[in-house]
Amino acid sequence: MNRRVFRRVKSNAMTGVLMACVLAAVLPLLWILGTLVLKGAGSLSLDFFTKMPAPAGETGGGVANAIVGTLLMVGAACLIGIPVGIGAGVFASEYPRNRLSIVSRFVADVLNGTPSIVIGVFAWTWIVAKQKHFSGFAGSAALAILMVPMVMRTTEEIIKLVPHSLREAALALGYQRWRTTLQIVLLTALPGILTGALLAVARVAGETAPLLFTALGSQYMGTNLNQPMASLPLTVYTYATGPYEQWHRYAWAAALVLILLVFVLSLGARLATRRMARLGG
Amino acid sequence: MAPLMTGEAPIAPVAVRPRMETDKLSAMYGRFTAVKNVSVGFAPNQVHALIGPSGCGKSTFLRTLNRMHEMSEGGWITGRVLLDGEDVYASRVSAMQLRKRVGMVFQRPTPFPTMTIFGNVAAGMKVSGRMKGAALHDKVQHALEQAGLWSEVKDRLHQSAMALSGGQQQRLCIARTIAPAPEVVLLDEPTSALDPQGTQRIEELLYQLKRDFTIVIVTHNMQQAARVSDTTSFFYMGTLVETGATRQIFTAPREEKTEAYITGRFG
Repeated sequence: MNRRVFRRVKSNAMTGVLMACVLAAVLPLLWILGTLVLKGAGSLSLDFFTKMPAPAGETGGGVANAIVGTLLMVGAACLIGIPVGIGAGVFASEYPRNRLSIVSRFVADVLNGTPSIVIGVFAWTWIVAKQKHFSGFAGSAALAILMVPMVMRTTEEIIKLVPHSLREAALALGYQRWRTTLQIVLLTALPGILTGALLAVARVAGETAPLLFTALGSQYMGTNLNQPMASLPLTVYTYATGPYEQWHRYAWAAALVLILLVFVLSLGARLATRRMARLGG
Repeated sequence: MAPLMTGEAPIAPVAVRPRMETDKLSAMYGRFTAVKNVSVGFAPNQVHALIGPSGCGKSTFLRTLNRMHEMSEGGWITGRVLLDGEDVYASRVSAMQLRKRVGMVFQRPTPFPTMTIFGNVAAGMKVSGRMKGAALHDKVQHALEQAGLWSEVKDRLHQSAMALSGGQQQRLCIARTIAPAPEVVLLDEPTSALDPQGTQRIEELLYQLKRDFTIVIVTHNMQQAARVSDTTSFFYMGTLVETGATRQIFTAPREEKTEAYITGRFG
């Protein structure tokens, strides 16, 4: 075989292998989405979003309390987890060889690999057991603990991508160090940091294990973070493992809503950061 | 002391008091000495070129003049740097205040990506806080005019600076540096990332800028030094080998090392 033909065949074969890999990566995702839509979309109605759960065995009702609970708990987790994570990431990138940075980087990596149920047990021990009752706040705390190391490490990595020359240019203009870090480095890295924070939000929004013995779940509408609280992942878990046919359908629908929620969040943040990057300060 | 505008005419070093000078200045990184015992003066409203092979300490020397050297890992100095006769390393002098009087332009264009063209030029003035509105706009326009960029960007002041070409970005950085009206402008190989056309624009610009500023430029390009500067200092292995009027350095160097370098025998 002529060399040029051989090269072309080899190139096409490798391209084929890579395309197969892409398909293998994307197919399961499409399959999951497709299954969710097929099995869950039928149960979606206005009632599903606005009504409370029906008593066991009865038809109708919705998961309004779980949607509210998830939004509240994830929101509270963000309020704690994102600022702490970004702050820690800024510190670690500003003082890369500081002992505290080295230790916290290591701890963050370990925490990132820790099963989330362990975090749940931790939150149970230190919040639920001390307070002697389950609460949405304990759930938020567990989610926040999960978020901090993720946000910290992405923040640090994104800030490292900001060219050193930008920092020098700001300093050479007479910027103080804190101003350089905040107004030049952090602002330049902001779209990336927000994307990282959003990935963390999306990840914890679907967490079930740390909520099982912290927020517990609830049949009632509650906005008090000091009470047990319902959430979408817990609803999926309860309904999917329950005995009723309607529960199973609702579990699919709740899972679909959860995914849509995450999807809308990512899309919103993506658009917001893009607009911010375009306009500038 | 009218500044000499003839470019290549030799200047009398005693006639003018230097705007900036160093006195037995050494610059270290930890225990490594990059610049050794350099004493040199820069007369006002002139372009001073620093030349020498890579690693000769010319950039480090430049960075001691606006105290950027101390921001480098392990950077410290001995000796003195004087601006209008005042030691810039004196404990009462803040590096931030100094850098408003001694601006710097870097090798690669570094516009702030989150800011508009206007915002970039205004950045150095905003950092001191007070300037706003029409006064700020006038200063920005003036700086862009001085940098020869106004006509190219006046209709898109509020667009991102990242859309400009490399040469335009570098002139924007020059505008940003001169906008707060420093006395001295330091340029660290400002054209090494630019194409010939961009380089030519900057070289022409230097000729205009020396009316308002004292300019110190590091360049690895000897032709550039010969074209743009009034005085030239040749650095080798961290020491200042020779300094003098550019024409003298390039036509009748006193030191053998200088001659070897400018005739291309090493470096």
